[in-house]
Amino acid sequence: MILAFQLAYRNLMGAGLRTWLNAAVLSFAFVIILFFNGLIDGWNQQAKLDNIEWEYGNGQLIHEDYDLFDPFSVQDGHGVLPVSEQENLVPILVRQASIYPEGRMLSISLKGIAEEQEIVGLPTHLLTNSTAEIPVIIGKRMASAANLRVNDEVLLRWRDVNGTFDAQHVTIVGIFDSNVPTIDNGQFWIPIKKLWEMTDMEGHATMFISTVDQPKEIPGWNFRSQEDLLRELTEIIEMKKASSSIMYILLLAIALLAIFDTQVLSIFRRQKEIGTYIALGMTRHQVVGLFTVEGSMYSIFAMILGCAYGVPLLIYLAATGIGIPEASQEMGVSIADRIYPVYGFALILGTIALVVISATIVSYLPARKIAKMDPVNAIKGKLQ
Amino acid sequence: MKSILVIVFSFIIGIGEDFPDANEILKKVDENLISKNRITESKMVIYGRRNSRTVTSKGYSEGDTKSFTEYLSPEREKGTKMLKLEDRLWIYSPSTDRTIQLSGHMLRQSVMGSDLSYEDMMEDRELTDIYDAKVIGEEEIEGRKVWILELTAKVEDVSYETRKSWIDQERFVPLKEELYAKSGQLLKRISLSEVEKLEGRWFPKKMNYKDMLKDGKGTDFIIEKIEFDAVIPDYIFTKASLKK
Repeated sequence: MILAFQLAYRNLMGAGLRTWLNAAVLSFAFVIILFFNGLIDGWNQQAKLDNIEWEYGNGQLIHEDYDLFDPFSVQDGHGVLPVSEQENLVPILVRQASIYPEGRMLSISLKGIAEEQEIVGLPTHLLTNSTAEIPVIIGKRMASAANLRVNDEVLLRWRDVNGTFDAQHVTIVGIFDSNVPTIDNGQFWIPIKKLWEMTDMEGHATMFISTVDQPKEIPGWNFRSQEDLLRELTEIIEMKKASSSIMYILLLAIALLAIFDTQVLSIFRRQKEIGTYIALGMTRHQVVGLFTVEGSMYSIFAMILGCAYGVPLLIYLAATGIGIPEASQEMGVSIADRIYPVYGFALILGTIALVVISATIVSYLPARKIAKMDPVNAIKGKLQ
Repeated sequence: MKSILVIVFSFIIGIGEDFPDANEILKKVDENLISKNRITESKMVIYGRRNSRTVTSKGYSEGDTKSFTEYLSPEREKGTKMLKLEDRLWIYSPSTDRTIQLSGHMLRQSVMGSDLSYEDMMEDRELTDIYDAKVIGEEEIEGRKVWILELTAKVEDVSYETRKSWIDQERFVPLKEELYAKSGQLLKRISLSEVEKLEGRWFPKKMNYKDMLKDGKGTDFIIEKIEFDAVIPDYIFTKASLKK
């Protein structure tokens, strides 16, 4: 086996530029795979942390009639939880409402939250400190959609528990900057006590954010753990990972095709050498092994070459991050304005394995032909 | 000073005594506007920010609880049908060949992008059943003397807690109506005009619905043809007629 490596190394080095061209293309695929997956892993990690910090806390206790993906469930998906059961829980009441900025109507979700909460990153202390009749905090996306700034007043129209319209001006007391669009897009946050008063729904909540991992079971309310809440986000990101893999699979395919062609050419041109190996006592399988090792050694060279320029490049990108265009941040999934790629141990090992194994397979396929060669004809250099 | 106060009070009381009973006025209004059944051909002009569009329709109604509307134009809305039976509303869309029942929050959506919501169209309780009415004054609208009625909700499940209605003193037809939020904020204004005597009753042929919180000219609802107490076959008010 050592002999096979030695021979393969000599042959490859002897081939000169051809070897380095193959290795360069393969190394490019290697670095791109690492970069793309690192970028998506970085996004995943960041989005998870952001969602926990801004929205999920340690899980949510949701009213059984409320479905996050069904806006029609807002109307009836709420209930009263006795105060004695509310330990470690921050209540949120969701109602539908409309605002009228600059004479146009925008439908919004009006959310009441306990001002004293500290479990999520919403700056609810601004609601406590405000002297406005109805203080509101909104996210930067909502502010931009409605063209609102701090201290602006806007007319809010809502319905009370009986469906009777009410309308009043509210004051924007703070605009927060969060990477999580699901607590920002089309939402107004006000003190829950104020919302209770406005809607005659004293004590009602649509959901609670939990400060502990697993609160006790309460009939009529479903607990969704942090892991469960994050699953949807992870699934979206995994889907994105699969779709973006097409690009680097194509690149890898080109590199592997180059190795395959080189192997076919080598076997065709080095028939005398193959015949000599067998005449000297090597079995056919040993010769197949030699050529396979030679082909797979391209991947080793590609690793070395990839590390030479890839390591500094990837480290630089991990430190500075990649700027994400504003349009991508509007798409409804948590995404920061800069993503910092994360290169995990599993990712690096997995990528190395992928490149080495695929290079070995494409080297082996043409080398199988050697096993069928007649050694005498091979020594003579006759085409077979 | 005392004598001035007496004069002022007697003046106020005097005016109060002159006002007719609000419920009587509403009853006369109902006599004009409500019929056993009716067939209408109408157009709805929806004014947008830059342009306006017109939707024409033919409607059949029986009392306040049953109505059937078929949209005739524009091409995009042609064939869309709406059936209201009591408190249920179905919409048939020819492009999908499906009938859906609107409920809950969907009823609060606007009808074809107008200033009217499905819920506005659904309200079929008589005003006297849900509001306490009183006459609070009189004034002139476009040369016609009107009573101003203030209606305050006496039941909890109403959309608008207070309304004001300007009723023509001779013809007993509303010429203007304003709908208010609990806070007193004016939400909608309905202006009625082109009052004509049709089959022995006064009837406004043009109505303008305006969401007062939004910019724009609102939505005009113009009746082009109306037939009172016509014979309407029963099958019209069935779900099967939506797909016909």
